[in-house]
Amino acid sequence: MTLDGPPLIEARGVSKYFGKVIAIEEISLQVRPGEVVCLLGDNGAGKSTLIKILSGVFPADSGSVLLEGEAVHFASPRDAIARGIATVYQDLAMIPLMSISRNFFLGSEPRRQIGPISIIDFAYADRITRQKLDQMGIHLRDTTQSVGTLSGGERQSVAIARAEYFGAKVLILDEPTSALGVKEAAVVLRHIVQARARGLGVILITHNVNHAYPVGDRFLILDRGRSVGTFSKAELRPDQLLSLMGGGEELSRLSHELESYARAVDAGAVPIEPPVQVGEDVAGGA
Amino acid sequence: MSKAQAPAPERVRRVSPLRGLITRPEFGAIVGTTAVFLIFSAIAGGSGFLSVLGAANFLEVAAQVGIIGSAVSLLMIAGEFDLSVGSMVGAAGMIVALGIAQFGLPPVAAVALAFVFALFVGWLNGTVVVRTGLPSFIVTLGSLFILRGATIGLTRFVTGRTQVGGLDEFTRSDPFSQLFTAFVGIPQGTATAQFKVAIVWWIGLALLATFILLRTPFGNWIFGAGGSAVAARNVGVPVARVKVLLFMATAASAALLACIQVLSVGSGDVLRGGQKEFEAIITAVIGGTILTGGYGSAIGTTLGALTLGMTQMGIIFAGIPADWYQFVLGGLLLAAVFVNDWVRRRASETRR
Repeated sequence: MTLDGPPLIEARGVSKYFGKVIAIEEISLQVRPGEVVCLLGDNGAGKSTLIKILSGVFPADSGSVLLEGEAVHFASPRDAIARGIATVYQDLAMIPLMSISRNFFLGSEPRRQIGPISIIDFAYADRITRQKLDQMGIHLRDTTQSVGTLSGGERQSVAIARAEYFGAKVLILDEPTSALGVKEAAVVLRHIVQARARGLGVILITHNVNHAYPVGDRFLILDRGRSVGTFSKAELRPDQLLSLMGGGEELSRLSHELESYARAVDAGAVPIEPPVQVGEDVAGGA
Repeated sequence: MSKAQAPAPERVRRVSPLRGLITRPEFGAIVGTTAVFLIFSAIAGGSGFLSVLGAANFLEVAAQVGIIGSAVSLLMIAGEFDLSVGSMVGAAGMIVALGIAQFGLPPVAAVALAFVFALFVGWLNGTVVVRTGLPSFIVTLGSLFILRGATIGLTRFVTGRTQVGGLDEFTRSDPFSQLFTAFVGIPQGTATAQFKVAIVWWIGLALLATFILLRTPFGNWIFGAGGSAVAARNVGVPVARVKVLLFMATAASAALLACIQVLSVGSGDVLRGGQKEFEAIITAVIGGTILTGGYGSAIGTTLGALTLGMTQMGIIFAGIPADWYQFVLGGLLLAAVFVNDWVRRRASETRR
């Protein structure tokens, strides 16, 4: 992990308001090469607003965004992509009805000239798509099959592979694991670790501590638009992270209630684990 | 890269060739076109459907709707409708007719004017749709009525009538008009089977649309814009530009059909092109294009146009009153929608 030099991307005291509503206020975030920063918070905490500012969807109302130490204003998502900020959205990573290789190169099609006409170089597109997916452990018979035939985890993996292929330095992942089963989520989390090992900066948005803790180096916790704080992994245990997010007390109270309920009805027949231990399972598996 | 993984789910899927075929968007159209051909061959084969004359007839009908269908299907794959194409046929046709007969323009100038007008209206339709985010169904339903109303009103204002004839004397010896009116005649006893140049336009545009869709980056953007406009925009596809250009293409295809109709018949009528917008959508849907965008085929649309042509003429050759044409067309449309829905589920089914 390299921690010297300016951060790849930095938000300095950014705020965004939608009318009277404070979406986020005075939020700061730094991501260095080879670092995974997890953005945590409940629904409505402002996670999406922050990443939309970082990925060029809309500008901040105040504060600044710095790219490798220099202030930038992204004109559009396309502008952000061109400067190496790639964002993979949960539901919008891929287009299900299109083939895998068409998806992979959508918007950046490799071209081949036939006289004055420029056409897609499908041989190249198929070869690269297959190669990149092989590297991720997804072995395809046919890159022309539709993305709809891939599982949710595979779609996220393809989107990550695509972002890296097109030169992303910062990878912003919006809830990449929230719709996935445990095994699938573990596969995506492994890709995040691999991306970190290759020197990318990763911003992982999630509300699942069990997914964030195993891969994260630092954790920025948001609560109703404001920063609760940034913590390094050494400073926190998963259960502390959960209680900082504001869900810890509710969940532990709930699990106590359920435990005593289960004991009262039929002791041992309905085992209920405290939620924190589930996270350690994933950590061990990934 | 690390290949050491927990036991992964089955990664390799075997797909049988048959399955590969039936998940093509054109599959329904191939079956439908064959079925319609066989049915009319059986019931009307003896009365002229299978003759050269019959073929010339149904190919002309197919060509007329297919010219618009090619452009309309690309627009539908990009996720938008253009209901104004039927009215555009009437409006562009009247520009050609009035330009030549009323204002004495050379045919080439009148035709150029019609195309400029169509491209402008297409640009306007597209810009309103992408700027406002309103459904194109409603926006172009509005332009359908505006165009038709303006065509009728202005034509009556200028000429006092709703039809403008007498173009023959200006176009008969005009080589430029041959682009839209030429035909190859094959004598059949006392009659002559005319294979019109419209058929060439139809096949040419179908090939062009197929090439654009399947081979060019722009074609990839069309699929992306219709499959998920937001996802496509996120990876840098200029979705708005793609859609506006396709609205211009549908309007231009309507202008082309208008030139073919008006110059062939020698007169313009404000009501020309009525219901062509629906026929174009029907050919696209029979051809496997889905209404929600992101999936479809220009080859399928060509087969859809052929199906429509064979149905319309087959009914006449079979001695069934032509009144039943719309009934049969509606049935075909519903059957096509059922088949397409099933095909799309197969094509996009998710492995869990």
